[in-house]
Amino acid sequence: MGCPKCKQLALNAEAAVKELNIVAEISKVTDIGKIIEYGVMMTPALAVDGAIVLSGKVLSKDEIKKFLVK
Amino acid sequence: MIKPIIDWLVYDILKMRQGAIFSEALDFFLYDTIKIFLLLAVIIFIVSFIRTFFSPERTRAILNNKHEFTGNVLAAFLGIVTPFCSCSAVPLFLGFIEAGVSLGATFSFLVSSPMINEVALVMLWGLFGWKVALIYIGSGLAIAIVSGIVIGRLKVEDLVERFDYKKQVCCVQLTDMTFNDRFVFSRGYTLALLKSIWIFVILGVGLGAWIHGYVPADFLARAAGRQNWFAVPLATLIGIPLYSNAAGVIPFVSALTEKGVAMGTALSFMMAVTALSLPEFIILRKAMKLKLLIIFASVVGIGIIFTGYLFNLILR
Repeated sequence: MGCPKCKQLALNAEAAVKELNIVAEISKVTDIGKIIEYGVMMTPALAVDGAIVLSGKVLSKDEIKKFLVK
Repeated sequence: MIKPIIDWLVYDILKMRQGAIFSEALDFFLYDTIKIFLLLAVIIFIVSFIRTFFSPERTRAILNNKHEFTGNVLAAFLGIVTPFCSCSAVPLFLGFIEAGVSLGATFSFLVSSPMINEVALVMLWGLFGWKVALIYIGSGLAIAIVSGIVIGRLKVEDLVERFDYKKQVCCVQLTDMTFNDRFVFSRGYTLALLKSIWIFVILGVGLGAWIHGYVPADFLARAAGRQNWFAVPLATLIGIPLYSNAAGVIPFVSALTEKGVAMGTALSFMMAVTALSLPEFIILRKAMKLKLLIIFASVVGIGIIFTGYLFNLILR
């Protein structure tokens, strides 16, 4: 499960965290069992603090920032 | 509308000789490419806009606990409009099963979704005309529905790979999109898709134009004409490992039909390329046992071969 879209989303998330200067642990979940537990059917998906905020779309750095600021 | 402009460009501006093979091929190439790109831009935009109203979550909710037949028919139709990418075939497949959608309906979805897609439809409409495009949609739906019912009846639920997961801890909350969101999303999607397939369109149409101009008519009539009975299964088999997208294959096939390949055989080939793809099987192996994968490929393959024979009989 290393599709280009998923990698891009992980990179964007890292960039967003860096720009916001916050301490965050980013993990890229590739385990199918875990993905299903989260209820995700379309990769890539982004979860913040354990809750899925969006699936099926590569969010841009700025879009991710909005979720992190909330 | 576009044709006179292209003719003017090729014959008046570039001063190409009318009737010469090269200028005819160039004229054919330019006309087809421009026509197809215009159609692609418009149709992909419309389809992706419609898709913003559908999500795998919503489709799953509709399909849950539906009866055989109703469930299969709905799944096949929803397969057309639900966004799908073979890279998330596994979470989608397991997500459906986990939530209680029947195996048969899940397979109907899994067949129609990659087979009936906007790119294939545009290419068929632009190069073969609306009749063939409709035949493709109709038989694609029929294959998806019947394959799903057959696999459902086989009671092979035990062949789905079991994963170690707890009951879903949370669910994806989808925020409602505004009209503006949908517009921006569809525009982005259209541009991204065009960016990823334009080269295949050009190569496919280019190869098609070359065949159109340089390969003698009826060249393939003996090998792949209607009277050759094994052309259909052979075309289906060749289509499996060929994971080219519809964008590149359809213009090529369109040119071959001019050279004697029968329409049903051409349909079988295009369906095999889109619906039976080796890379997708490799991905799906994670979610189902090899036996189920073979059943899936065989049932769909037989459906495709049947369709090929049927249209070789009724289409001239």
